[in-house]
Amino acid sequence: MVNTKISLCGEVLDNPIIAAAGTFHYGYEMASLYDINLLGSFSCKGTTLQPRFGNPSPRIAEGKDGVIISIGLENPGIDAVIQKEFPRLKKVYHKKIFANCCGFSPEEFSEVAYRMDQEDIVGFLEINISCPNVKGASRFSSDPALAKEVTKRVKERCHKPVFVKLSPNVTDIVSIAKACEEGGADGISLINCIHAMRIDLKSRKPVLALKKGGLSGPAIFPIALRMVYDVAHAVSIPVIGIGGIETPEDVLEMMMAGASAVEVGAMNLVDPYIGKKLVLGLPEAMERYHISDLSSIIGVA
Amino acid sequence: MKEETCVILENVRLSENTYRMKLSQQEENFPRPGMFFALRLPSFFLRRPFSLWQHDESSFSFVYKVVGKGTEAMSHMSKGDALDVLLGLGNGYCLAKSGDYPLLIGGGSGVGVMYDLARYLLQEGKHPQIAVGFNRKEEVYAEKEFRSLNLPFRLFTVDGSAGEKGFPTLALSSSHSYLYACGPLSLLKAIAETDLTPGQFSLECHMGCGYGCCMGCTIKTKLGPRRVCKDGPVFEKENLLW
Repeated sequence: MVNTKISLCGEVLDNPIIAAAGTFHYGYEMASLYDINLLGSFSCKGTTLQPRFGNPSPRIAEGKDGVIISIGLENPGIDAVIQKEFPRLKKVYHKKIFANCCGFSPEEFSEVAYRMDQEDIVGFLEINISCPNVKGASRFSSDPALAKEVTKRVKERCHKPVFVKLSPNVTDIVSIAKACEEGGADGISLINCIHAMRIDLKSRKPVLALKKGGLSGPAIFPIALRMVYDVAHAVSIPVIGIGGIETPEDVLEMMMAGASAVEVGAMNLVDPYIGKKLVLGLPEAMERYHISDLSSIIGVA
Repeated sequence: MKEETCVILENVRLSENTYRMKLSQQEENFPRPGMFFALRLPSFFLRRPFSLWQHDESSFSFVYKVVGKGTEAMSHMSKGDALDVLLGLGNGYCLAKSGDYPLLIGGGSGVGVMYDLARYLLQEGKHPQIAVGFNRKEEVYAEKEFRSLNLPFRLFTVDGSAGEKGFPTLALSSSHSYLYACGPLSLLKAIAETDLTPGQFSLECHMGCGYGCCMGCTIKTKLGPRRVCKDGPVFEKENLLW
């Protein structure tokens, strides 16, 4: 019998498998496929203060072993999320979620986070400073001072653990992670998508309406792993590893790099049962690698 | 929605770039006409969504056109190959509003769905009329099956190489109680602009996941943003924005 439980900022999760924001909507629709309470947790669709339709279509393209997405934070806005989405979710989910909070100014980030902080179903705040597909957002993820400022503003008003989700589209991700830690972050989640594009040979034009998007999926796993490794060795707060996780072995590898938990993103878009498969497959993979307690492998590499 | 490993029972070329594939299924997964499925192809990350042509308790078939690398790879697959398929996706058509004389219009890949829908409507005691359109003779499929239904049926090709010359919108002059349509957006738009009869349109679009998670296929409607894959693909004609 292996122990898949992990501890994150004092909260114990049954396992480290968390469905990533933007790939699990607000969760309840997936509950008709399997019991989503099997998951360690999930991060809800990135939510802004106002409703957003997002970017023009096409806003999805394919890469080798990955998907390039340019959704642009479509979401119904914080009021509708709290009034409509969360009540639906509560009927099928009794654990805590990560509330993925987005914004276009430090004030908006802190306001969305503050509203989420009041909700019982929210266990963690994930401050998404790194959406690659909205104008103006990248400054928060690429400037350490701004990343720290957003983190501070959120921490001033919120009580629940704050994870800041970082972008890989920077020169030195460690400096951003450290700035967030200085700003009071309780944890770091990384990475968001990698800037990417495709061109249609027939039309000779970019596939995506806004030309560029963010690549995720197994193609980015080794890059994400490297960044998780670098950040986990540079900060003393927990790190959630995100990027291309597809198998239980990927989960173990990401944890050995220093992640306390993982988020599964792009694979939710091709295999709606991936969360369940990872949770159920994890104990067997642990046994195969002689791991009795999952926490014991965090950062061993 | 259900995930199943389906075996290719048939993969035949109908014309230059049009193929028909028949896959196994363990039980009926398409209770309403207009639902769809999504294949996962080896070496491709995203699934490919397709609409049905025919289906029964142990199999289903569909027609596809080679338009890119994914469909190109499909055209080389053989009988006996297995594919990971998500079955029973989307909402499908609602039959209750059809009236007694609904007109069914299909274009290109959307033609097959109309055959399925016509059979459902017949079971309900309705009198569907059918109009289908293709680019040219070589792309025509399902004609024999449609004709065997013994319903008012008109076949159009853009170049006139089979049936009547022109688009199936020419059939809109006949009297009908309701409209059902599936096909390219340009066809649906032409129908909406020509005919005020209420109806339901099934939309084609590029999808990410096919089950509502990625928000890749959202469209604006009069009711707000809607996901084609999960809230559709069938929408009330009057709720669509053109």
